[in-house]
Amino acid sequence: MSGQSVGAVHSQRAHFDQPLQLRSGGVLPAYDLVYETYGTLNAAKSNAILICHALSGHHHVAGHYADAPENIGWWDNIIGPGRPLDTDRYFIVGVNNLGGCHGSTGPSTLNPATGKPWGADFPIVAVIDWVHAQARLADLLGIDSWAAIMGGSLGGMQALRWSITYPERVRNSIVIAAAPKLSAQNIAFNDVARQAILTDPEFHGGNYYEHNTRPTRGLRLARMLGHITYLSDDQMGEKFGRELRNGSFAFDFDVEFEVESYLRYQGDKFAGYFDANTYLLMTKALDYFDPSREDDGDLVKTMARSKANFLIASFTTDWRFTPARSKEIVAALLANGRNVSYAEIDLNFGHDSFLMEDAHYHGVIDAYLRNIKL
Amino acid sequence: MSHTLNRPDFDVIAGWIEPGHKVLDLGCGDGSLLKHLIDSRGVLGWGVEIEDANILAAIKNGINVIQGNLERGLDEFADQAFDHVVLSRTLQTVRHTEGILREMLRVGREAVVSFPNFAYWKNLRSVLDGRMPVSEDLPYQWYDSPNVRFFTLLDFEALCRQMGLVIRERSVLDEQGNPVDNADERELNFLGSLAVYRLTRNR
Repeated sequence: MSGQSVGAVHSQRAHFDQPLQLRSGGVLPAYDLVYETYGTLNAAKSNAILICHALSGHHHVAGHYADAPENIGWWDNIIGPGRPLDTDRYFIVGVNNLGGCHGSTGPSTLNPATGKPWGADFPIVAVIDWVHAQARLADLLGIDSWAAIMGGSLGGMQALRWSITYPERVRNSIVIAAAPKLSAQNIAFNDVARQAILTDPEFHGGNYYEHNTRPTRGLRLARMLGHITYLSDDQMGEKFGRELRNGSFAFDFDVEFEVESYLRYQGDKFAGYFDANTYLLMTKALDYFDPSREDDGDLVKTMARSKANFLIASFTTDWRFTPARSKEIVAALLANGRNVSYAEIDLNFGHDSFLMEDAHYHGVIDAYLRNIKL
Repeated sequence: MSHTLNRPDFDVIAGWIEPGHKVLDLGCGDGSLLKHLIDSRGVLGWGVEIEDANILAAIKNGINVIQGNLERGLDEFADQAFDHVVLSRTLQTVRHTEGILREMLRVGREAVVSFPNFAYWKNLRSVLDGRMPVSEDLPYQWYDSPNVRFFTLLDFEALCRQMGLVIRERSVLDEQGNPVDNADERELNFLGSLAVYRLTRNR
């Protein structure tokens, strides 16, 4: 791996008392956001880059905690001295979104009005709500305009949304493995995942915290399904093929094929730490995302509001958000004469490719960032 | 005569493009032409490239570049979105010749096309000597050439007539990049190593 990790990091917490009007019509009277920063904000406050997380991500993007060296940030491979998001040049901010389960206000945190976890009472949040909340964090940090906002998948959608909602506050938008809105198939996958959680007897209408239980079976299934859609068929074939754990058929319903073992392990691991209500909220935020809705579905008109320069990237084997979906964004930007580059990166890891370390992929990000004005 | 980065067609193309124009360069490589046009003519530029290495190089050069395959058309570009659509030394590598020319004039007001002339006398002599030509403008061996279409100035002009495309300007260059002036079309076809055309759909 080129470059170095940022090393030991710590998370911070910000409290916001100004109520947040939500897309759903609801209001969050007050909330906390947990975040991390890497590198140093320059005197002109012009070198800040915001990293937006995807469905299961959070604010711990890079480095490790001094007391937990094994807990490495989810996008550590791209951030640090000598890496594309070079902490010697940029001030990088990662934030856990509202509704999350890693410290920011969400269904599993206490609702001050009741003294109990929010649970089912936590309002449905949309991508635009996250962007408004992130903007308040930017205010707090003294960042008028981000040098760049970058994200993959649902994180890329936030980077796109920022450029539309706060055109003056984002100079470069890096949108990776995303789409301007979900397809029917995307929504269908999300709904099966939600049904797995909602029909788990331990769900208790979302208020499982008070029953001292968690809908881990449902969450595990949701993750297993999601995981399949994040990988490519070829990659699964190469990794597992039809390998059997014990060499021969057992003719029962226990784990036999390696791929079953892998998926169950991933499902169990995820269900062990992630909150089911957060999973529901994140999938709904994905489903609702469609900035062009404000313009009767005309994405060209929507992107006319943006002023940023764009780097759009997709992956050849991503069938969850295919290259064609990224090209819809590219086309809308081109129709507006925006500065935009588009890279279609040949990587074998499906949708998850955006998290992988690859010389060409990281080279493209590095080259783009080196040309931005700080 | 000094030429930009040893690409004399760049100077010709730059001369045809007005400051502030929107330019799309198909097969833009590392973005050298666009960079030249941006620096010297103040144009707004975008490129299309298929090769990963060129995508990276163009982004390094600070050029807007869209990864895509010219053979599949220019779907992500709207009708008449550009003042000029440039295809510099690339037409001979494209299989769907008519398709790309039509697409260029769908997305652009004007098409600018440069290509090596296979009827250039040195090329003809080489073939007469029994070997496929290798020259300044045809720098490949037959077995590693990206070129799939072999045509001459006169061939190209016949196709333009057939497609109803209007040739607004033409510049013919010799192997050193100097303009060739000759009233006789057949002699021009014989003396020119590289041809640059400016095309529109209608007069």
